[in-house]
Amino acid sequence: MAAEIIIAENLTKRFGTFTAVDNINFEVSKGEIFGFLGANGAGKTTAMRMLCGLLKPTSGRGAVAGFDISRESERVKANIGYMSQKFSLYEDLKVWENIRFFGGIYGLKPDEILSRSERLLNVLSMQEYAGSLVASLPLGWKQKLAFSLAIIHEPAVVFLDEPTGGVDPITRREFWELIYDASDRGITVFVTTHYMDEAEYCNRVSIMVDGRIDALDTPENLKARFGAQSMNEVFTMLARKAKRAD
Amino acid sequence: MKQFGAFVKKEFFHILRDPRTVMLLLIMPVIQIILFGFALTNEVKNVNIAVFNSDLSIESRIITERLSAGESFQIKKYLHSHTEIPEVIEKGEVKLVIVFNKGFGSDLRHTGKASVNVIADASEPNLAQSALMYATNIIRASSQEFLKGGEVSSAPRVEPSLRLLYNPQLKSAYNFVPGVMGMILMLICAMMTSISIVREKETGTMELLLASPVKPFGIIIAKTIPYFVISVINIATILVLSIYLLNVPISGSLFWLLFISFLFVLVSLSVGMLISTLVDSQVAAMLISGMVFMMPVILLSGMIYPVENMPKILQVIAQIIPAKWFIAGARKLMIQGVDVVYALREIAVLTFMLILFFGLTIKNFKYRLD
Amino acid sequence: MYPVEVVGLNKSYGKVRALNGLNFSVNPGEIFGIIGPDGSGKSTLFRILTTLLLPDSGVALVDGFDTIKDYKKIRNRIGYMPGRFSLYKDLTVEENLKLFATVFNSDIKQNYYLIEPIYKQLEPFSGRRAGNLSGGMKQKLALSCALIHKPSVLFLDEPTTGVDPVSRKEFWEILSTLSKEGITIVVSTPYMDEASLCTRVALMLKGRILKSDTPADIVKSYTRELYSVKSKNISGLLKDLKRVPEVKSVFAFGEHLHLSLDPGTITLDKINEIIIKQGYRDVYINKIFPTIEDTYMLFSEEDFKNGR
Repeated sequence: MAAEIIIAENLTKRFGTFTAVDNINFEVSKGEIFGFLGANGAGKTTAMRMLCGLLKPTSGRGAVAGFDISRESERVKANIGYMSQKFSLYEDLKVWENIRFFGGIYGLKPDEILSRSERLLNVLSMQEYAGSLVASLPLGWKQKLAFSLAIIHEPAVVFLDEPTGGVDPITRREFWELIYDASDRGITVFVTTHYMDEAEYCNRVSIMVDGRIDALDTPENLKARFGAQSMNEVFTMLARKAKRAD
Repeated sequence: MKQFGAFVKKEFFHILRDPRTVMLLLIMPVIQIILFGFALTNEVKNVNIAVFNSDLSIESRIITERLSAGESFQIKKYLHSHTEIPEVIEKGEVKLVIVFNKGFGSDLRHTGKASVNVIADASEPNLAQSALMYATNIIRASSQEFLKGGEVSSAPRVEPSLRLLYNPQLKSAYNFVPGVMGMILMLICAMMTSISIVREKETGTMELLLASPVKPFGIIIAKTIPYFVISVINIATILVLSIYLLNVPISGSLFWLLFISFLFVLVSLSVGMLISTLVDSQVAAMLISGMVFMMPVILLSGMIYPVENMPKILQVIAQIIPAKWFIAGARKLMIQGVDVVYALREIAVLTFMLILFFGLTIKNFKYRLD
Repeated sequence: MYPVEVVGLNKSYGKVRALNGLNFSVNPGEIFGIIGPDGSGKSTLFRILTTLLLPDSGVALVDGFDTIKDYKKIRNRIGYMPGRFSLYKDLTVEENLKLFATVFNSDIKQNYYLIEPIYKQLEPFSGRRAGNLSGGMKQKLALSCALIHKPSVLFLDEPTTGVDPVSRKEFWEILSTLSKEGITIVVSTPYMDEASLCTRVALMLKGRILKSDTPADIVKSYTRELYSVKSKNISGLLKDLKRVPEVKSVFAFGEHLHLSLDPGTITLDKINEIIIKQGYRDVYINKIFPTIEDTYMLFSEEDFKNGR
């Protein structure tokens, strides 16, 4: 398999006359943590949906885990994990029922589900809570559990859409430790966030403005290039230029 | 008052910005009337029958002719042996077989008594029953004529004859019109109103309005107004269609028919408001109004099956269905054309229900979130 | 008289204690921040203050009126922006604003000067349906609707959640303008960095207030010594520093690590030595002042140790 797990070449999506994603180009390599930043309405969600095989690009080409996103979207879906702030787990099911369900839809065999769920609950120190309803857990725990389930089938890439929104500061950092572990195991992490300190934890960061990618580099290089102290400053400088009335 | 006006205006905006739903609500009664009026009819029309005549007398031949003369029956086959009878019915070729046994004509002539066997396929019981009744009437009527002009002078016999009141041709449309009205009004007033109120709870706008000086009860009343208007349009549509398309006349007073219809609209609106105070999700509102109020309207209100033929327990349940009383009242006022005093019971029950449901709504209405 | 005064407020949902003995008051013209993650009880508190929920016990006063007895009076004078977008999505921007002006027995002209800086940005879209606006615009419309009657107290429940940093910054600039107009603002947020933009804040965790004070005084109650550490391999360093017994806590903060020590237990040189010995190069260590986030994390750590 090529080292480039995600490839976007001139990727474009138009809705009528509105160009949501305008000719974006980038590559993400195996095990990389790739921060995908942008103001509300800059086109992040649309770009992410295309890469997950949920939307067909208007033009351009994209490949995820070696599969073409428009022609082989089903195989793309089988090789990725996805988690968002809004939907991640079934609140009215118990923890182990969620594990069994997601293991099942990702095609794991019953004995694999059993062994992986044990390991997963161990890592999260949640053994006691296997029988609890997800609704009764604190948000931070839910998000850590949801992330662990999104990668239970060891996908090539995991897409995280604002995974830490509203999570308390300590659990937010524990969440990022899980991200680092996944990346160490070779899982590519594609993440959006509104916390600019989290942008610093990424290997590389791209910043979308009005559907285009205006900057893409390591946090260090970006700060050097814009003469900024923090990613927050870099982001503010770029996003303020936006013309699109979000 | 200015606030109330603003809310009514807003409700009309909500409805008009969802044109598909408005169209559905306005077209639905048209479709229902056409469906029930023409397709789902119990009328006896062009029913296939077979005749096995081993008598060959004049009388039996005249009766056979009479049977096929009207629109009701069509003689598909003349049978030649008894064994053919089960065959034609099983194959579904005919619904009815008329059998004249040998000696029918002479028996009738000499004793004034003769029997005809009528065999019916009762797998569609409603149709079979109506067809039987039609056939029997024709046969009896003809026999009576023969007797009058006959040679035997026997004492005039009391022949039981069924006369169908109010709806002499047994036109089913007569029954369906009030039923369709009951169903449509319940659907629009109860279901749509409750859903639209509960939607405000779901989307959080109710939270915002509760935290404002607006009288929340006024918001709910404002929500009923557009559905009241749509109901008025639907009542008009249904009445016009039934008069001009189905040829069902309004035999009674139009004023009182409209009166009971509006009363029922108010009852249904209060049912919708009551539901909205009890549930917090649109799905729940739909299920409650659907399961508790709509289904029984169709099954228990006497719209399709006469209440009198139901088991006792269902008859009791039917009494608490508002639509049952409306349909009964509307039948009296529209089809029987009787004076309003004969429908006072229905009007009284509906008025009582209106007060009850409205009272419960006020009692259950919450001025906070919990 | 305080615009908001809360004494011994309790609220439970079944077994879950959503609010546990809250006490605080808000001064006139303040921007008072309720800071805490999801599930700390912020929304329940807002709903009690806006008269939408009844507390189990305790007293909450808004402009001196009791939230239970005088709820009608309170509803006349407050502005409220709930946590999720709660306007009519099928009505246009202008229709929403007009409706809410009528709701509060006001009209758009009367207090237009107050919403002008916000609404001006929305005016090009005044005919667009609210549901078709993007996040930042929806939020501005919701704020305009909550302000249209010039409320004496404005309650904003997580107005900046899910909003990008630039729009968040703009939003806080608007709040500071409003506060200069004399409107008292009670605002909740899960973003710790927004605490410094408030006059005073209450840090909330699991239904309790950990601390309530000005941002400057809150960080003064940080009892440990705090250092920022920078190196090439941050994630490795994080793991290794966690194993040093004298280190009380170490957390990632952007490109740095924040390392806390109890005063007098270990010298900076010693820490430096340990790091160098483990093979890390280009290490920069600086003593720093704690942020609200550091302080919040210290408080919640202590809270956890106290077994709550």
